[in-house]
Amino acid sequence: MKLRFVLFAFATLLGTAVAPASAALRVLACEPEWGALAQALGGDKVNVYLATNALQDPHQIQARPSLIASARNADLVVCTGAELEIGWMPVLLRQSGNERIQPGAKGYFEAANFVTKLEVPTRLDRAEGDVHAAGNPHIQTDPRNIARVGAALAQRLADVDPANAAAYRAAHEDFSARWNAAIGRWEKEAAPLRGVRVVVQHKAFPYLLNWLGMVEITTLEPKPGVEPSSGYLSEVLARLQREPARMVLRAAYNDGRSSEWLAERAKIPAVVLPFTVGGDEQAMDLFALFDDTIKRLLGALR
Amino acid sequence: MNARTTCVLLLAMAVAPHVAVAADDSLQQLHAEIQELKQSYEARLRQLEERVAQAEAAQRAASAPPAPTPSPAPAAVPATAPGPAAAGAATANAFNPAVSVILAGGYTSLSQDPNQYRLTGFLTSSDVGPGPRGLSLAESELSLAASVDPYFSGVLTVSITPENTVSVEEAFFQTTAIGNGVQLKGGRFLSGIGYLNGQHSHVWDFVDTPLAYQAFLGGQFGQDGLQLHWVAPTDTFIELGAEIGSGRDFPATPNNGNGVGAAALTGHLGGDVGFSNSWRFGLSYLSASPSNRSSDGFDANGNAVRNVFSGDSRTWLADVIWKWAPNGNAVQRNLKLQAEAFQRHESGTLVFDADGTAASGSYASTQWGAYAQAVYQFVPRWSTGLRYDRLDRGSIDFAAADPSLLAPPYNPSRWTAMLSFAPSEFSRLRMQFAADRSRPGVTDNQFRIDYQMSLGAHGAHSY
Repeated sequence: MKLRFVLFAFATLLGTAVAPASAALRVLACEPEWGALAQALGGDKVNVYLATNALQDPHQIQARPSLIASARNADLVVCTGAELEIGWMPVLLRQSGNERIQPGAKGYFEAANFVTKLEVPTRLDRAEGDVHAAGNPHIQTDPRNIARVGAALAQRLADVDPANAAAYRAAHEDFSARWNAAIGRWEKEAAPLRGVRVVVQHKAFPYLLNWLGMVEITTLEPKPGVEPSSGYLSEVLARLQREPARMVLRAAYNDGRSSEWLAERAKIPAVVLPFTVGGDEQAMDLFALFDDTIKRLLGALR
Repeated sequence: MNARTTCVLLLAMAVAPHVAVAADDSLQQLHAEIQELKQSYEARLRQLEERVAQAEAAQRAASAPPAPTPSPAPAAVPATAPGPAAAGAATANAFNPAVSVILAGGYTSLSQDPNQYRLTGFLTSSDVGPGPRGLSLAESELSLAASVDPYFSGVLTVSITPENTVSVEEAFFQTTAIGNGVQLKGGRFLSGIGYLNGQHSHVWDFVDTPLAYQAFLGGQFGQDGLQLHWVAPTDTFIELGAEIGSGRDFPATPNNGNGVGAAALTGHLGGDVGFSNSWRFGLSYLSASPSNRSSDGFDANGNAVRNVFSGDSRTWLADVIWKWAPNGNAVQRNLKLQAEAFQRHESGTLVFDADGTAASGSYASTQWGAYAQAVYQFVPRWSTGLRYDRLDRGSIDFAAADPSLLAPPYNPSRWTAMLSFAPSEFSRLRMQFAADRSRPGVTDNQFRIDYQMSLGAHGAHSY
């Protein structure tokens, strides 16, 4: 049997395609907050690539070619886990051909494994919307979670890159001292927010509200990940007449129409929180993220 | 000194060093025990601390007063309760593969008889055509996937046809531990050629495959064989693949040989342009050696004929995808542009009208086909699309009969418009209208409504 193979033009590309291996540890961060944390702990020892930016919904990402290429080259993947990236991370891992970052390997890190999750569903059924079996994955809105993940991530960086273990440990000590001081400051500043009742667009803030002692009255999405109908929004509005809330919260990547609609009619401010690093012009690092979040929440109280 | 004393003394002398050693040993042992005790207490203390912290968190979450009226949000426990998955982790079932099911079906209205359907001028497989009229069930798909061990993962996808037959759509293992971007797949799988070919039908943007896929690949090309796949260590996405298979699917045929029935090479390039745009370009080559490949069709006079081809079939396939979404956030709006082009060269012998006149002679053809489509999601959940299909009869040399009898000078084409509504990520309802001009002088107006429902494991957001 005769088969005539034709050589691809690409074959010649191969010689030039192989990029020089960079000395720094290559970290693929699924969300900007983990990218910022890896950068804070790794300094010049790491090269961080962000899979998503703050204006993208991390549930709804596709395994596009550039992400496969970055997964192929990564030494360490830092994701939220808790099924936040269930639609695209398994595809990336499968297509990357990179054994270093497969689940169970040292190079695969899920932040949600190191914190206590809230809103763990008691009933697992898609009739409840896009629920996550492991609990609410938006853990980064509580700075104490960032501290917990930071400790675990510093350890993991040292495991993956033992040559620089001392540097990661030192960076973590420095970071954690500054971070704990900042948490104290934020908690003091945010004292007036305790007990404040809010409406949220998506169930994106349970950790923030839990930390600051704020109260979620209801959500604009009838079920997680389900767009509200106008009828449902009217129900929410009617409910706010009975139980007033002080503000409507949404993340930077959420579409603003439903929360603006409600805010206008309920005569309460609609607050856009940066949600992650880069979510607005102020929140350009982890410290600024919480500075700005608290400033915006306090601003809406006035 | 009596003998007994001597014995005791001797014994004592013999034992003394051992006693000293024993004392030393027991000291070390004691030390180790104390150390162990200390460690275990420290561990227990840590556990206790953690439990206190968790209890505090739980209390705090619980003390945050819940909304007085029943909340529309799903029932949730405050914290620390193990999820259902964790609770069952100890049972054997915890190792069960991820299961997913696709339910699909719909309604079709055709202005022309589907039994008379043909792609004029092309030797096609029997899978070509718009399918049955009226209400119908499409293939139901059942898929199981899991890791095999630290070295392999496996997938089985079975499709159950509306005629109550079961077919193995995919059944393959894949390596996970080779590294360096290399992966080997073995078993039955959808070939990596082109763009649509590797996708299951329920993720297609339109109800049916492009005419070019029908004409050149009989809808979709699968392999029973091996696929080697390599992603280059570059920032730009470069992916190369090579496949060998039995030649189970059109345009190949299984041909009772010990060798390879069909082989393919694939290459892809891809990347981003800013945050909002991403693209992929691919080039594929498929080589097959069909023997006695049967094609049902019609001659230029409209008589049903069966033609039988043996020889070499070589197909080139280029595909390009461009996606746009504001800031790369596809939730609100996004646009997807997609085009693929085929060129196939076949040479060998053809028996024209094998069941009738059976005119046999040497045959050579070079034929073309392409489609281009755009799908735009204009608000969340709603998208609309337009597709244009065209096939080019190309050049046909047939020694045994007038080539125009085999393929009258006609180039099939089709316009398709689509509107789709996806209530959630797991369900989709769709409406499609097509004006199909695959036959000279006849326009088949095809109207379709269909649904896809996805149950079980979360589907993959492939590019």
